[in-house]
Amino acid sequence: MALLQISEPGLSTLPHQHRLAVGIDLGTTNSLVATVRNGISVVLNDKNGRAMLPSVVRYLADGSVAVGEAAQAMQSEDAANTILSVKRFMGRGLKDVGEISRLPYRFADASPAGSGQGPGQGSGMLQLRTVAGAKSPVEVSAEILKVLRGRAETALGGELVGAVITVPAYFDDAQRQATKDAARLAGLNVLRLLNEPTAAAIAYGLDNAAEGIYAVYDLGGGTFDISILRLSRGVFEVLAANGDSALGGDDFDQRIHCWLLEKNHLSALGPQDTRLLLTHARAAKEQLTEHAETRITAVLSTGEVIDSVLTRSEFQLMSQNLVQRTLQPLRRALRDAKLEVADIKGVVMVGGATRMPQVQHAVEEFFGQTPLTNLDPDKVVALGAAIQANLLAGNRGAEDWLLLDVIPLSLGIETMGGLAEKIIPRNSTIPTARAQEFTTYKDGQAAMSIHVVQGERELVSDCRSLAKFELRGIPAMVAGAARIRVTFQVDADGLLNVSAREMRSGAEAAIAVKPSYGLNDAEITRMLQESTQHAQGDMQSRALREQQAEAEQLLEAVQHALEQDGGLLEQAERKQIETRMEALRNTLQLTDHLAIKRAATVLNDATVSFAQARMDKSVAHVLTGKNIAELETTPDVP
Amino acid sequence: MQLASFDFQHNHFQLFGLAQSYQIDTAQLDQQYRAWQALVHPDKSAHLPDAEQRVAMQRATLVNEAYQTLRSPLRRARYLLSLHGVDTQEETNTVMPPDFLMAQMEWREAVVEARQARDEAALAQLEARLQRETRDLEAQLAVKIDAEKDYAAAAGSVRKLRFMEKLAEEIHAAYDAIDV
Repeated sequence: MALLQISEPGLSTLPHQHRLAVGIDLGTTNSLVATVRNGISVVLNDKNGRAMLPSVVRYLADGSVAVGEAAQAMQSEDAANTILSVKRFMGRGLKDVGEISRLPYRFADASPAGSGQGPGQGSGMLQLRTVAGAKSPVEVSAEILKVLRGRAETALGGELVGAVITVPAYFDDAQRQATKDAARLAGLNVLRLLNEPTAAAIAYGLDNAAEGIYAVYDLGGGTFDISILRLSRGVFEVLAANGDSALGGDDFDQRIHCWLLEKNHLSALGPQDTRLLLTHARAAKEQLTEHAETRITAVLSTGEVIDSVLTRSEFQLMSQNLVQRTLQPLRRALRDAKLEVADIKGVVMVGGATRMPQVQHAVEEFFGQTPLTNLDPDKVVALGAAIQANLLAGNRGAEDWLLLDVIPLSLGIETMGGLAEKIIPRNSTIPTARAQEFTTYKDGQAAMSIHVVQGERELVSDCRSLAKFELRGIPAMVAGAARIRVTFQVDADGLLNVSAREMRSGAEAAIAVKPSYGLNDAEITRMLQESTQHAQGDMQSRALREQQAEAEQLLEAVQHALEQDGGLLEQAERKQIETRMEALRNTLQLTDHLAIKRAATVLNDATVSFAQARMDKSVAHVLTGKNIAELETTPDVP
Repeated sequence: MQLASFDFQHNHFQLFGLAQSYQIDTAQLDQQYRAWQALVHPDKSAHLPDAEQRVAMQRATLVNEAYQTLRSPLRRARYLLSLHGVDTQEETNTVMPPDFLMAQMEWREAVVEARQARDEAALAQLEARLQRETRDLEAQLAVKIDAEKDYAAAAGSVRKLRFMEKLAEEIHAAYDAIDV
């Protein structure tokens, strides 16, 4: 029996042991895991040698889950239960998802995360109805992360100390929190949430000993980021970040999809055909990177045949305004950084969608220089994340470099008249904190509610609602006398924490934070419990299989001994052994591994004197030069 | 520089080993800032127990706050005056010279017009003029604080600078509004 060694992961007593840490690029379309091995960042492949895991999760009726290629293969056939691009739903409510009617899913708004939601503030993160029940985007993402975690632990041969998970730089607090929750659910210790363009800059900068100001243009499957960084003597300093967390390669597929519908005079299609055409649209998009035209042929469920030729120039025309939409954040980032185009030394391209020629041309035209494409735009984010994970895990030999990142969107609070007052401006270096004092407006006021929002717009209704909380237990004072100091702390993951204190009385006011989007602690706890129950279920079924195998061996051994040396037993003794064998056989039909174990022990006890008698007989045999192998049929006494 | 010498009681100037004056060596400030971050940034203690990570976050937060305060002429002046016990009263004291207020109103109107006309060139001109006047005010501040030690007069200049900063924010917002 193997002893279970219980220790905190990573808290090894060995001083120089390499701590296993990985970087995970949790992408809209594909996800990757990388690690630093012998000082070099490498992407870890699956057992078939594939680096990219399609970010596709399929829920089956029997409760099982398929992730990656297996799920992708069924995307048209089982479109409603096969979730693609779940990243676009992270930390989002139904009203945030514009293209609902064009997606093959059945959506559900989550139950309100708490009471006290203001009007028009939505009611929590959306959910997807699948054959296995309603699933939140956090749970779906956790399935992807679990597979990558398993891949890494198999490849590295041990438990992970932690992981750096990348997020789009322009992700807001709700989206970041959702990502962190997904990692928690997948049993990963999150060392840091790292902005994707920053990860790319680390991989590129350390590899090329780059110095100067660089722009990272990151167009992924579902998100767009632009980051401007200053690289100098091992310091990566983000000067400005901007982007669009709802713009990516998927939108280019949608354009081709719409074109196909129009061209073939098709009206609303079912989920299966929608997905089929989207898959063909994506393939056509990829074809047009290398070829001037591509032919799209498909057979719809109605038997209708689609056969259309799409040229690169047609595609560029229909996607022109998508490319243009990336330029506005670019200009804003430059203005925020107080820089001109001429100040940019190099432009690093990240994300599979930057392979499209029209994107490369637009970027080249904007910056007046050829973008850097000497790194794999699909892998560079994971590679950079792995380098940071290695550093954060405290491994020796990790280069001495420093990352100074920023918060991409301003944090503010609601003031009179539904206006947002900025408390922490965008592009502030993190970690950062700002304290704000509030007072009461009524005599004896004991509570006050504060609404935290994120975004650049003036009206609260145009910003993202992050949290509403109540300050309670304010000591009775006349109006305006209380001084409540609320501290907004943004940590190195870009996540917000709020605390409050009444300054005159020194009383810590109670805060009940109700995340407007994202999951509340109760939801997380429920999900964790469910996944633990699954894990317990797994353990129990393993214990059952082990116990069954042991019992069968025991029965076989006793049976064999009876056949060999049954004559050594008294009639009553033999009867007792046989009864107990029968009892053990009966428990094998049950699923209770403890019952099997009990019955096996009882049978074992009954065979003690029999074993002794056989031992004596064997010794006698040895003395007379006879067979010693007989001993081996003696049942093990545990 | 050592982690042991980090003191939460130090003021921002002491933290970076700078003399307590309006005019500072920004190159030294930048260099000291990076040196501190290399020691206190949360990335350096991510593998340590939670308590140590929390302290690291507090230290790094303070270093960022101190750096950003000293890096900005307006915030540096405001902070320096507060060390001298002078409140700049930017929210409460609205008594400004009439000619300054007149000029402010004209600025505002020009920004609104440029925004409505979506005239980027006009915004750029306004921005350049604003930068020149801001630099003039900053030069005056240096004299009032460092040479004359006339903190009451300096507080008046800080209030003016705050107006200029708000204008700069409006110009920035106008750029964003035009750029769609």
